[in-house]
Amino acid sequence: MTATADIASYNFAYLDEQTKRMIRRAILKAVAIPGYQTPFASREMPMPYGWGTGGVQVTAAVIGPQDTLKVIDQGADDTTNAISIRKFFQKTAGVATTTKTQEASIIQTRHRIPETPLQAGQIIVFQVPIPEPLRFLEPRETETRKMHALEEYGLMHVKLYEDIARNGRIATTYAYPVKVEGRYVMDPSPTPKFDNPKMHMSAALQLYGAGRERRIYAIPPHTRVVSLDFEDFPFEVQKFDKPCALCGAEQVYLDEVILDDRGGRMFVCSDTDHCEERRAAGHVGELAEQPR
Amino acid sequence: MYVAVKGGEAAIDNAHRLLADRRRGDRCVPALTLEQIAGQLALAVDRVMAEGSLYDRELAALAVKQARGDLIEAIFLVRAYRTTLPRFGYSEPVDTGAMVIERRISATYKDLPGGQVLGPTFDYTHRLLDPELAGDGPVASGQRREAEAGRVRRVSEILAGEGLIEEDGAPPEDGAIGDITRTPLEFPMDRQSRLQSLARGDEGYLLGLAYSTQRGYGRNHPFVGEIRIGRVDVEIEVPELGFCVPIGRVQLTECQMVNQFKGSAKAPPQFTRGYGLVFGQSERKAMSMALVDRALRAAEFGEDVVAPAQDEEFVISHCDNVQSTGFVEHLKLPHYVDFQAELDLVRRMRADFDKRAGGSQDHKEAPE
Repeated sequence: MTATADIASYNFAYLDEQTKRMIRRAILKAVAIPGYQTPFASREMPMPYGWGTGGVQVTAAVIGPQDTLKVIDQGADDTTNAISIRKFFQKTAGVATTTKTQEASIIQTRHRIPETPLQAGQIIVFQVPIPEPLRFLEPRETETRKMHALEEYGLMHVKLYEDIARNGRIATTYAYPVKVEGRYVMDPSPTPKFDNPKMHMSAALQLYGAGRERRIYAIPPHTRVVSLDFEDFPFEVQKFDKPCALCGAEQVYLDEVILDDRGGRMFVCSDTDHCEERRAAGHVGELAEQPR
Repeated sequence: MYVAVKGGEAAIDNAHRLLADRRRGDRCVPALTLEQIAGQLALAVDRVMAEGSLYDRELAALAVKQARGDLIEAIFLVRAYRTTLPRFGYSEPVDTGAMVIERRISATYKDLPGGQVLGPTFDYTHRLLDPELAGDGPVASGQRREAEAGRVRRVSEILAGEGLIEEDGAPPEDGAIGDITRTPLEFPMDRQSRLQSLARGDEGYLLGLAYSTQRGYGRNHPFVGEIRIGRVDVEIEVPELGFCVPIGRVQLTECQMVNQFKGSAKAPPQFTRGYGLVFGQSERKAMSMALVDRALRAAEFGEDVVAPAQDEEFVISHCDNVQSTGFVEHLKLPHYVDFQAELDLVRRMRADFDKRAGGSQDHKEAPE
């Protein structure tokens, strides 16, 4: 028995160069056709499907030694899976990492877009579980691909209309479908619809990787991204009644934190970097510790 | 006072340390060796090789040990390693007719050339726990027999002589065999790509689907034409040499299922086939695969596609246990951002509802 003695060592950023080229070709195609789901030969990664294998493959294909990487999950740099993915790239690519949105050249994210507007030259990589916005209306890939090809999105509008008829409002709060550059209807990944406006005309390149479903799609910088709605029921984002309890920020997305078992709760920034920056700049929320 | 949750990094490190500790168990008990796992838990190792799609007993044994006996986790470890390996080339099709047979049975003939060879099977054991095995008593070695000289004809070849069964499918005209690990899946699939997916598909999932065809959800009237288990040579063509050389031997389980077919406008009445081929010794998997393969050929024979097992996109999209377990288990990752959005929506809808209920306060539930 000798096989265990010479288990292969790994390439820069884990994937071999042939695989990276295959992924880059898919990314280029995706950028050329904004919002179109490009099939790619997704590889097994050393983390499970569902943990961001698509995003990790996209990041691995675009990252270079000069890059600075930020990884967030739920808007936070210190959630366990964000830490795990950041460590993976520290180990396999040896790149610099940061928690500051402005310092990062690549930001891999799950479920959020940072509050700080992204800059030209930055790449944001989204981890996508189900890339197909029509999937829960039509389970078959053969059908949904046809619907995209024919630009047949009536079903989606019917779904949104039924929401309104039943609930008086559109009952989609995350993974809210958007239309990209007037052509493809796209799933923005399960970010809350609060983040949808940030995608519109963003200066950064937005890349979406779905590993298990083997799809990559993209929104190039300065692309129109419109959330689907109706004239009499225009798209609107979540509003919070209170500002962040730690930094006092308004018009940001907040997490609800349960404080005790008597219904006590507070609302704090989901974007931990944004919150820290603000507190460092002297902003204080109502429940923050007073600066010493 | 709320303090932002930090320390995820230390938590992960500590979790890994505890996992390693639990994996090892009582230090007074000697650690399992890979030889023990490969030798004495051979069928677990076989399953990891088959669904991990990597024929290497030692690495599979290592994976079983590292995964604490969780076979899907072990399969995942092997897959994640396999995907990093360079491709030197593709082997020639293996010739299972030339298999060195350890077990070979047919349910369609009482006796046949090459004979019925039971081999190491559980089939006729009485499932009574054996207290002897708690110790390490002596075990007699197996009875040896003379190997058959030359090829042992496959039952499908015997039936084909009469023209009563469909032929082996021809390889694609351009000679290009698909590779599901290198090209994205697209539907509809060709049969060879489908068989590749099924060969690494989850045993339990395929077993359930196969069973469903027997209970009437896409019934296909199967007979076990033949099951054979044994070793075959793997050959590759070396371009510099211009001929094929054997590079090793693998143990395979092959199942040829023979299915009744009444014929259609295009095809005469004849038997059709379902095919299963699996690394190592796994009849359950090979038979299930053969039943599901045949079920998935429904459209090819003009049969109505009415049952789950006949639905290609359904069967193939969900047969990979590494994908399935990943996506099911990812639900335990934090989703609080989306949950917050849903919470907000439900609160607003609830407020609307209560308003519509016309302020009948006595009906109001507790939540504020």
